[in-house]
Amino acid sequence: MNPRLRWRKFVSNFMLTMTGLCAVVAVSVLFFILGYLVYYGGTSINWNFFTKLPAPVGETGGGMANAIVGSAKLLALATLFGVPIGFLGAIYLAEFSGSKVAFVVRYAADLLNGAPSIVIGMFAFTIAVHPFKHFSTLAGGFALGIMMIPITLRSTEQFLLAVPRNLREGAMALGASKWKTIATVIVPAAYRGILTAILLAFARVAGETAPLLFTALGNRYWSRGFNEPTASLPVMIYNYGLSPYEDWHRQAWAAGLVLLALILVINIVARAILSRGVSVPRA
Amino acid sequence: MSTASTTLPSAGPVVGSRSFLRRLREGDEIVRLITFLFAASVVLITLLLVFELWQGSVLARHKFGFAFFATRVWDPNAGEFGALPFIFGTVVTSAVSLLIAVPLGIGAAIFLAELAPARVSDTLEFFIDLLAAVPSVIYGLLGFLFVVPLMRDFIQPRLKDSLGFLPFFKGPAYGIGFLTAGIVLAIMVIPYIISVSREVLLSVPRDQREAALALGSTRWESTWKVVVPFARTGIMGSIFLALARALGETMAVTMVIGNTPSISASLFSPGYSIAAVIANEFTEATGDLYPQALIELGLVLFLLTFILNGLARILILATSQRGSGMGNA
Amino acid sequence: MHASVRPAVSVNITPPVITGSSRETAAPAEMRMTVTKVNFWYGAKQTLFDVNLGIATSKVTALIGPSGCGKSTLLRTLDRMHETVRNARLEGEILLDGKNILDQDVTLLRRRVGMVFQRPNPFPKSIFENVAYGLRINGTKLPMADAVEKSLRHAALWDEVKDHLHKSAYELSGGQQQRLCIARALAVEPEVLLLDEPCSALDPISTAKIEELLVQLKDLCTIVTVTHNMQQAARISDFTAFLLNGQVIEFSPTPHLFTKPTDPRTEAYITGRFG
Repeated sequence: MNPRLRWRKFVSNFMLTMTGLCAVVAVSVLFFILGYLVYYGGTSINWNFFTKLPAPVGETGGGMANAIVGSAKLLALATLFGVPIGFLGAIYLAEFSGSKVAFVVRYAADLLNGAPSIVIGMFAFTIAVHPFKHFSTLAGGFALGIMMIPITLRSTEQFLLAVPRNLREGAMALGASKWKTIATVIVPAAYRGILTAILLAFARVAGETAPLLFTALGNRYWSRGFNEPTASLPVMIYNYGLSPYEDWHRQAWAAGLVLLALILVINIVARAILSRGVSVPRA
Repeated sequence: MSTASTTLPSAGPVVGSRSFLRRLREGDEIVRLITFLFAASVVLITLLLVFELWQGSVLARHKFGFAFFATRVWDPNAGEFGALPFIFGTVVTSAVSLLIAVPLGIGAAIFLAELAPARVSDTLEFFIDLLAAVPSVIYGLLGFLFVVPLMRDFIQPRLKDSLGFLPFFKGPAYGIGFLTAGIVLAIMVIPYIISVSREVLLSVPRDQREAALALGSTRWESTWKVVVPFARTGIMGSIFLALARALGETMAVTMVIGNTPSISASLFSPGYSIAAVIANEFTEATGDLYPQALIELGLVLFLLTFILNGLARILILATSQRGSGMGNA
Repeated sequence: MHASVRPAVSVNITPPVITGSSRETAAPAEMRMTVTKVNFWYGAKQTLFDVNLGIATSKVTALIGPSGCGKSTLLRTLDRMHETVRNARLEGEILLDGKNILDQDVTLLRRRVGMVFQRPNPFPKSIFENVAYGLRINGTKLPMADAVEKSLRHAALWDEVKDHLHKSAYELSGGQQQRLCIARALAVEPEVLLLDEPCSALDPISTAKIEELLVQLKDLCTIVTVTHNMQQAARISDFTAFLLNGQVIEFSPTPHLFTKPTDPRTEAYITGRFG
């Protein structure tokens, strides 16, 4: 083996190692984050955390019960608002629309998807807060719901389109009307993908903070109904994290762990659903 | 209620001699109408968004014009609104993040697409996708409570000792600032570069690689001199995508950048970004001009990410089309 | 025609040289490569069975047979390209100039045994850089421009591209791209050139040009080509091997195989009864 070849082979093996290192570094960040959260936040996850309200500034022993409930309310509202629009809009795109309309709707959805979340927050403020002169859970749900629309829409459309022709034609040949075909054959055939899309959209907005800063704001107490500002996990993490209090830092870690665990579990479940699905080919 | 229609409902405009009301009674028409309304609402929301951004900044735009982007001073109390510090901060932190994330990300993507066995590649990609799902505020939390002390106590002093003659590493080191924000952003955008670049590399036709190997290339040579150049537009696209993400990042940046509208050559200096200033000051903005100036900043951000995302998509599409358009007579 | 797999008729790996009218001694042709007892598996499935073959120096050897008979698989073992696929396993011996290629460094081997693929696959570079690629990584004694010109001339492409060397390879027609790929392979001066159905994606005129080229290239290097087209094999090759179901059924000088095939299966294939 001549020296030149020896050098080339050395370079090849060296770069294999280097790029492998890059990949390992990137992946280990995930485990580092998880480990850090578990280490610093694990001990603070206790009964208090889930049941108590935040304690007055400087005192220890408070919890994040209101933030947990607040996040739940916000996400419920977001899902109620964003998913039907995304889902039904996708049905229109996949089953009824002509290509020009479809192009416009898809383009709008992509625009919406690419908009920074802080800009969505400003928008939600001008629509749902400013005219009513107060912050509210509804406004927060609206902001998060907007962010769920594009993901739900595009993914649902893809999975609906992937349903094989012969399934559709089989149903219609039996005399089923179009909407019946959609409801009883096409959507069920694509349900795995659609469910995955909704879960992933949910997980995405569960961690969003910026839009909530201008809409749901925050609340140190329980938020009644949907018309008042409310605490939420992400905003609490933000506020507590930046505060000078050790106890609040611990609670921020705990909240971070709960939030991240929720998001990761949803992501893993969503992928598992999709990989088991043989009924619909992945778009 | 369902009538037995003898014609298949079509997707095109419904031409009919039957009256509209009669068509309405058929289930399909109602469903079509309802789903259309929902689809239309997506367009409506988007249009409204753009409109609100445009209208909501009208005062500021008319008052400042393009000088808005060149003015250094941001002093709401005195009624002075200059966007330059925020644009500067956004650009600097994004640049730092790309400087770190691009080599690491492309390196990892090359490993996953070209050099690693399939199972290893898929497993690692799974974790990378999970990394992309971590919310910004958690990066911010770790940034503030872990990275900032690390920078302040270990990294920045060492940088000062070794490279302190450079203007980038001068000045007091508090741990926060452009460099820290850039580092945190880098970690956040790496997953995007990796997963998009990996897909783009995987889409390069295999006979390109085989042709290179058949000529006596080593694995690295075939990867670096043939496959990667083939995929280079798509990889550019992944970088644009990452940049768009970095520009819009709010929480992680605002927690570590220092939130001071200053312009400085030193990376240790605290700064501000467009997204961060909006997040911090929007709810407190009084008067007419102040909020409008912030909305104008939001408009700028929106436009920038819109352009970058659009370009990214074109570039990524271009590579996959090239793969299928090869060897044509 | 038996569908079951019969043990291959013991093939004569030293094909007798059929000479013209001048009666030269029928010395065995010199073998550039020999394939001995090669078995090949893709995963659990065996696709080559006890293959024995000799590739004669400076001659054209054609591998023919119906789809799926293993001819491409066999071709790809000759430069160890099968190793780019997971789950591929090879047993047996393949000698190049008497030395087992499986023991050598694969990068060196592939410089000596070049390959041209079924679909033209030029790199996304200029015409010049495509040909220069192999030279740049392996080093060359000649100045680059001269070496590139030499290869392009050998591939009968020089006159068509000499004024456009820096244009993208993709601007060439399919037939030109394939000749470019041949030039690219020839640039590193291989001893053996493998071609996997080089004309199957091309029009008849380009095919004719390349067939002509292959016959001329014999003087430069040994040629092994896989082809679906029996007439092509009959036209250009000196020796032909007929494969079926992963076995070499018959291997002899081309005129002999096509006019007086020994095995009934060969005859059936040639006369078009299957495949």
